Amino acid sequence: MKAPIELRSSPHVKRGVSVERIMRNVVLALLPICAFAVWQYGLSALALIVTVTATCLATERFFNWMAGRPGTLSDWSAAITGLLLALTLPPAFPLWMGAVAGFAAIALGKALFGGLGQNVFNPALVGRAFVQAAFPVSISTWVPAFAPGRFAEFIPTTFTLPLMAPPDISAWAKGALDGFTGATPLALWKFENQVTPPDAFLSGAATASAGETTAVLILLGGLYLVARRFMDWRIPVAVLGSAALAAWAFQLWDPARYPDPGFVLLSGGLMLGAAFMATDMATSPVTPLGVWIYGALIGVVTVMIRYFGGLTEGVMYAILLGNALVPLIDQYTPPRVFGDVKGTKP
Amino acid sequence: MALPGQQELTHLEEFMEGVWKQNPVFVMVLGMCPTLAVSVSAVNALAMGLATTFVLLGSTLLVSLMRKAVPKEVRIATYIVIIATFVTVVDYLIAAISLELYEALGAFIQLIVVNCIILGRAEAHASKNPPLRAATNALGMGLGFCIGLFALGAVREILGAGKLFGVALFGPDFQPWVVMVLPPGGFFVLGGWLLLFNWLRRRQGGALKPAEGHVHG
Repeated sequence: MKAPIELRSSPHVKRGVSVERIMRNVVLALLPICAFAVWQYGLSALALIVTVTATCLATERFFNWMAGRPGTLSDWSAAITGLLLALTLPPAFPLWMGAVAGFAAIALGKALFGGLGQNVFNPALVGRAFVQAAFPVSISTWVPAFAPGRFAEFIPTTFTLPLMAPPDISAWAKGALDGFTGATPLALWKFENQVTPPDAFLSGAATASAGETTAVLILLGGLYLVARRFMDWRIPVAVLGSAALAAWAFQLWDPARYPDPGFVLLSGGLMLGAAFMATDMATSPVTPLGVWIYGALIGVVTVMIRYFGGLTEGVMYAILLGNALVPLIDQYTPPRVFGDVKGTKP
Repeated sequence: MALPGQQELTHLEEFMEGVWKQNPVFVMVLGMCPTLAVSVSAVNALAMGLATTFVLLGSTLLVSLMRKAVPKEVRIATYIVIIATFVTVVDYLIAAISLELYEALGAFIQLIVVNCIILGRAEAHASKNPPLRAATNALGMGLGFCIGLFALGAVREILGAGKLFGVALFGPDFQPWVVMVLPPGGFFVLGGWLLLFNWLRRRQGGALKPAEGHVHG
């Protein structure tokens, strides 16, 4: 006779959440940011987002085929990598370079480690770091937002032939917006000690990568994921909080030289990085204390790179550095096991 | 001298060992120092490969000839002296042929002396085999090393400078991939080739044999 009770090990209660469902919701949270980027920068931003995402999906498919594994496109994670990567690139980035970034993101950032969950670094940031090292000029060529003809014509650099250098667009950018200097708010602060007012960030008029100037939409997307419990709220809070604290301390020390914390939080990619990249489940710590340490580290390193480094922006390297330390953080911050008495060795 | 129970290889098989089955770069992953450091351009890579092949051929031949005369206790020291002799020859040779190349390769010519492919061949093959067989194997290994270096150098030069052997391939508008001529580029390209080679070998059906020796120098 069959036993009336089914014997099996825990877990007995499941939340009914799958990787696919979480990832689909992250894509959902990213879509408004993408839409705003397209509205800001027009056809070129749309072409860039589509190209980068398509390359990521194709690369994922290619490596699945090479390894003889079943396809993993349906878990949406490659799509997230593509969208995030496109949002961190300048809108005028040539499409072929975007494709290189997408390939590097999946190939170097994910496939080499064995796929989703095995990767040490956030794949989107690996892709961006690769093109930052390969094409330093193109990745710091900026165009004005809300250019008048943005839905009628592409930015001249968008359709650069593969392997060719993009044309110089400083004249075009000046024509699109009078007095455009091509410097991001962080560069303006660093080299000319000029602080951009916060309303430029909130309206999206600040010069930046495709998805960096939409603080409100990024926060809304993050809040949606937190509310649905698909994201650990402590990571963005720790990143933004520690960055703000560090900026506040520096401003107390020398108010003439260092900007206010609000500028530090809103400028560059800190919002996007804190909400969508530092929170990557595969590359962030799992212990409660570790999460705070990890977030605080990213925030402080970002401020340090911005204030004292050679680059104007440091979010990317701060998060990659944080990713690299995750195994160490996890190892040194084990939560107390239930029933364990303090001071005894397990 | 084949191991007991092992079929004696023909000379062609012996030659192809280094080119394909035991390729020093792609299978044994030996000699990574010069492989990563001088493979910025195809010319540098080939010159390094040829210099190493010369030293490899000369030293294995001499080691094989002396294999019965050298006492076991001092064999490593003997091999190193032999290798160092040939490295000195090749060092002066390159300086005499092209000073430009000599400066581009820099210390890596002298460092051939510690290239573990050469010492590895002397220890694992030449000291146990007659001269002709040892030389055939060394030639194959040398060719395999040249192929490996050239594969890296060509990709890095094409992407990093838009040239191959100094000839511009894509015209004046080429966008160089800065990262390819930097050290990380060497690792990326090497990783890519290793992936391709392992994948090809797996598709051939041959189970991946563990490489002899360790990742080193």
